[in-house]
Amino acid sequence: MDEKLVFLTICGMGAVTYLPRLLPMLLLSGRRLSPWIARWLSFVPATVLAALLAPGLLCRDGEFTLQLDNVFLLAAIPTFLVAWRFKSFFGTVATGMGLVALGRFFFN
Amino acid sequence: MAAAWPICLGYFPVGLALGVLANQAGLPWWAVALMSILVFAGSAQFICVVLLASGATIWSIVTTTLVVNLRHALMSSALAIYLQKTNRWFLTFFAYGITDESFALNMARFCSGDWDRWRALVVNQLANAVWIFSTVLGTLVGQFIPKGAFGIDYALPGMFICLLVFQLQSRFFILTGILAAFISILWYLLIPGDSYIIGASISAATLSFLIKRYVRRKQ
Repeated sequence: MDEKLVFLTICGMGAVTYLPRLLPMLLLSGRRLSPWIARWLSFVPATVLAALLAPGLLCRDGEFTLQLDNVFLLAAIPTFLVAWRFKSFFGTVATGMGLVALGRFFFN
Repeated sequence: MAAAWPICLGYFPVGLALGVLANQAGLPWWAVALMSILVFAGSAQFICVVLLASGATIWSIVTTTLVVNLRHALMSSALAIYLQKTNRWFLTFFAYGITDESFALNMARFCSGDWDRWRALVVNQLANAVWIFSTVLGTLVGQFIPKGAFGIDYALPGMFICLLVFQLQSRFFILTGILAAFISILWYLLIPGDSYIIGASISAATLSFLIKRYVRRKQ
């Protein structure tokens, strides 16, 4: 991998990550976001996360798949339930990883 | 300081997994360290590793990072309410440590009233220290761990599932999530590349906003 490109990519990522963290805090001295922007923004975390997650679970090699040996999808169901029931970050991630390891052990 | 332990405990295996993945993708340890210091955002760093390994362009990686991390702007705005009359240097430093987890913790504590900005800063920095340490450690021990072992490649989907569930505060958000999932799959299948993340999240948020407004006006 080209090290200079990696370095530049990281610097760019750093800048676009830091500015959204800093600017609202600095600018909103006492003011609030206009209500419709705030309402629109309130949907963004959920949509970003669902968009990141769904193709990884339901697609393989550029095609839609609902096959029963799709370990990622199978593991997602109990992982969802654990997250829902226990609200634990660590517990959820650990459950998902454990189930995938277990699934591979049985399917392969 | 004791309040930060669930975050540290949560970050450690995720950071380790990120380091292992980065190592397997061919990223050197210094790049992982630099990224954990400069970016300090779990999901964006995972995506970056995946995209770098698949040969994506710098612009698509930076744009995706911007969209993925734009949610921090909302958190930053929400935290600003509790950080009035705080000098700019403190904010400049504090803003660096805003993550989903530190935000959730600090916001909840600020709301209940038994919290101050220095404690919030300690939470941010402790989480950051654990993150840097665990990601670098992951790259160093990564070569001893075979690809996919212990389900490490599920750390990212697992984290997304968890954070998504935390976002589903009402029934309407479930609809929003399903909408975004549906659009992202269609987008992913129809348009090659990684534009589905940006495209689906923005269009699903806009659709949700419009549906909500339509329902409200009708009532």
